[in-house]
Amino acid sequence: MSDRFQERHIGTDSDAQAFMLAAVGYDSLEALVEAAVPESILHAPRPSDAGASSGTGAPGPIKPLPESSIPPAATERQALAELRALAGKNRVRHSMIGLGYYDTITPAVIKRNVLENPSWYTAYTPYQPEISQGRLEALINFQTMVADLTGLATANASMLDEGTAVVEGMLLARRASGSASNVFLVDADALPQTKALLQNRAAAVGITLYESPLDGDLPDAFGVFVQYPGASGRIWDPSTVIEAVKQSGGLAVVAADLLALTLVKSPGELGADVAVGTSQRFGVPMGFGGPHAGYMAVRAGLERQLPGRLVGVSQDAAGHPAYRLSLQAREQHIRREKATSNICTAQVLLAVMASMYAVYHGPGGLKWIAQRVNETARLFARRVGVEGHFFDTVVVPVPGRAAEIVAAAVARNINLHLVDSDSVSVSFDETSADGSLDADLDAIFGVDIAEWGPVEGQSWPDALRRESAYLSHPVFNTHRSETSMMRYLKYLADKDYALDRGMIPLGSCTMKLNSATEMESVSWPEFAGIHPFAPEADVTGYLELIEQLQGWLAEVTGYDSVSLQPNAGSQGELAGLLAIRGYHHANGDTQRTVCLIPSSAHGTNAASAVLAGMRVVVVATNELGNVDLDDLRAKVAEHAENLAALMITYPSTHGVYEHEVGAICEAVHDAGGQVYVDGANLNALLGYARFGDFGGDVSHLNLHKTFCIPHGGGGPGVGPVAAKAHLAPYLPGHPMAQRALHEGAPVSAAPYGSPSILPISWAYVRMMGADGLKAATGAAVLAANYVAVRLRDHFPVLYAGDNGLVAHECILDLRPLKEATGIDNNDVAKRLVDYGFHAPTMSFPVAGTLMVEPTESEDLAEIDRFIDAMIAIKDEADAVAAGTWPADDNPLIHAPHTAQSVIEGDWQHAYTREQAVYPLRSLIRGKYWPPVRRIDNAYGDRNLFCACPPVEAFAD
Amino acid sequence: MADIKDLKYTAEHEWVLVEGSVATVGITAYAAEKLGDIVFVDLPKAGSTVAEGKVVGEIESTKSVGELFAPVNGTVVEANDAVSASPELVNSDPFGAGWLIKVEFTELPELLSFSEYSALTGD
Repeated sequence: MSDRFQERHIGTDSDAQAFMLAAVGYDSLEALVEAAVPESILHAPRPSDAGASSGTGAPGPIKPLPESSIPPAATERQALAELRALAGKNRVRHSMIGLGYYDTITPAVIKRNVLENPSWYTAYTPYQPEISQGRLEALINFQTMVADLTGLATANASMLDEGTAVVEGMLLARRASGSASNVFLVDADALPQTKALLQNRAAAVGITLYESPLDGDLPDAFGVFVQYPGASGRIWDPSTVIEAVKQSGGLAVVAADLLALTLVKSPGELGADVAVGTSQRFGVPMGFGGPHAGYMAVRAGLERQLPGRLVGVSQDAAGHPAYRLSLQAREQHIRREKATSNICTAQVLLAVMASMYAVYHGPGGLKWIAQRVNETARLFARRVGVEGHFFDTVVVPVPGRAAEIVAAAVARNINLHLVDSDSVSVSFDETSADGSLDADLDAIFGVDIAEWGPVEGQSWPDALRRESAYLSHPVFNTHRSETSMMRYLKYLADKDYALDRGMIPLGSCTMKLNSATEMESVSWPEFAGIHPFAPEADVTGYLELIEQLQGWLAEVTGYDSVSLQPNAGSQGELAGLLAIRGYHHANGDTQRTVCLIPSSAHGTNAASAVLAGMRVVVVATNELGNVDLDDLRAKVAEHAENLAALMITYPSTHGVYEHEVGAICEAVHDAGGQVYVDGANLNALLGYARFGDFGGDVSHLNLHKTFCIPHGGGGPGVGPVAAKAHLAPYLPGHPMAQRALHEGAPVSAAPYGSPSILPISWAYVRMMGADGLKAATGAAVLAANYVAVRLRDHFPVLYAGDNGLVAHECILDLRPLKEATGIDNNDVAKRLVDYGFHAPTMSFPVAGTLMVEPTESEDLAEIDRFIDAMIAIKDEADAVAAGTWPADDNPLIHAPHTAQSVIEGDWQHAYTREQAVYPLRSLIRGKYWPPVRRIDNAYGDRNLFCACPPVEAFAD
Repeated sequence: MADIKDLKYTAEHEWVLVEGSVATVGITAYAAEKLGDIVFVDLPKAGSTVAEGKVVGEIESTKSVGELFAPVNGTVVEANDAVSASPELVNSDPFGAGWLIKVEFTELPELLSFSEYSALTGD
């Protein structure tokens, strides 16, 4: 034993690895990986290699990374000390900058029991709803909260941030509107970061933006975007312009502040079709820009147009209400190039926090907070002699003195927003609503008035006063005491299966350890309490951390430049494709719009390509699951003039190190196209080979897979985009970035995306070192091959690469089982719940299969437990085939079994209660009990209901 | 319900029953089976103009979203409200109660015969 972190991160020790290697038939990890990874990839020449020539690599020992910038591995204690030092370089001031980001008080009961609780942060996206009822309930609370406050029918389970939510609102308006116009009207008083995002995204898909104060005559448009309250803080009545746009067939998209909506009329009442925004100020720290949960809600009739994920109520096999993801057939991974959005990852963990903030405070508490914020702002306005209709933000005219005022504020530890040389704005929030900054503000603005007394009434016309009720469901009116809140959070967490219970062997998702040390610094005030537009001098620790992490990621991928801005893999894809587009345009090749995508690709690839203004051409996949080289060459030849890019995943979505990837990249390059390597599966390559060395021009990485950011139950994600030097100028930058690291247009609202979770990946790389990262890759590949070898006799392993080996995951083909026994992959997935497991990935990339990815973090005992469960389930299926159990009454098709289902009433099944719930004796001492039985998908989609069901629904 | 052998078909797995100048359109049992549990249909309103080969509606199942193509040029005279209310009718009775739209046309394009369509689906 030592104090090396890699021994804590990697589940298998050297004895276990020796045992597993023997089973797989290799002497060492090195030998295994060398046999699995094609020679040309493993030894691709690096740019720094003397005399390197493209395409061929001389066999030989794997070289260490030249002049690695990754320091030797730190211990957990050392890494935390270094993070402390970096955090110490940030300066936490009172932020009154506003612009969509406000300081907030995270209730400690939520911080401790959600943000810092692995039961919440290590869970996966709730695709197995029977074992995800806790977070699905939390998300339906979120949806109900958003729908209630916005006054609209249906809200989704979160968006990535407000800026991208506005973009999605624009795209929704275009597809749902009956207007022939190509114009989208944009409120001149919109947030500046939103305007920048709209510009970038509209240009790619050919939408014309028309910015206007939205008064007077407006051009014909398919939609209008209103900021409510405006970036300047103003509250006005947009119902006239909304009505006018709707009259001509357009849709109205309103970005609204959820806290303000407790006091002012809702977007729904003003006639909006779509409301968007952020829930950040509901208890989620600013975190220098993210992560936070954006939101979107739509009026009745537009539900099926909603991007992202939507939780709905269905029922289980016993007819009890049960939650599940609705309308999944409309998600981007199914609809591919026909998808209306590329959004997949949401911001579940943050949406859960925001919803719990509303559960804890209730409608009365939220309104009280909002009133205090507004009163403090109005009192301040009166002191500085400003009048007008506003909620929390006051623009103060200071002719010629704006910079001076901002500097005076900094001297008093307050950050204000400099609007222009003649005005500054001051935004109040929950933390300044107690008047604690009043004296400082008086001094800054030279107010010399002793006492003004309290303000009364409201600061907007009666017509805009909110009269309608919100958050009347009992869940928002029950948990006022901390005891009750704590127990509600525990009650929900207990329903769910997360990494704190056992292995989640989801292929393609990389559910590895999210270590406690990596998570430690996320809630430190020096990381959590920073506004995204704070002055550069306040964020030098953050910038240093970001630049180091960018450098490390560039090095391990073989690229020259990295932007950490994209908030999810899908956004990284989009950013990478927009970089390719920018490059072609700069070269005058505006006709290069064809994007080749293998049929095996993740569906998001195609959806992202469409949103980057490209046309998708599908390349065939051969019987081995690899790109059909002949078809690729034919497609390249056919589209040579117009070829923009190829998107390829490496290792492939089939979990195979595709042999011909070098030739594939070469064919595309020869025709003038760019190669986009999807980095979703980087976990199988790290330390052994680099995308940039075998032909990649640009890639996205998933920090929430390979680099340990937890999945959070379906987000946050971070999807950095990495590129070669020729594409680097087009990587996403931001007009408000403290330090311009890149020059391209933004894809996220905040300059560095979601910085508060970057210390997680920073700590992982810092504690593993280059050697540890490589060791993790080897352990992950070994674990997958061990599973494949041990299960091969029971289930065919569908694809393999060189020497019959898989990469970091393996596909078990259950179609023969179904043929022989009638038991399908869904039955096996649900039966695994009875055995205490989360199912592997179902029917991706091949229908009727299960894809298993054990990751490097699982130990041998857990991997064996999973394998034994799979073998036992196979035996059960065989018993069905043999007639021991009827096809319509066996433990597989009735899985999963709740406690209630085996206790209540007479037992009248062909199998015993023990066989139902204790198929292994070891389960008696510790068992995960699913709270619901198998959920009816069709019922929920036919009877769409996406808010908290009435309490009576749960009565027996 | 007409004999399925007397119906016309399209390569998009739709069937067409021609009665005078009105074509009744639905999806075949093969298509319904492939889609799985159908949960939602979006049909064009009566009075709307449709063009042969163009997408005029959607058929959504728990597995995927299929598109409804107009097999003829013409005007929609009726959309099946029963199917909008109970999409499962498309699964239970694709050639009967699960019909989707009726279109008044002036000219009938070349459509597949039962045997040609059967060859297409390998039946």
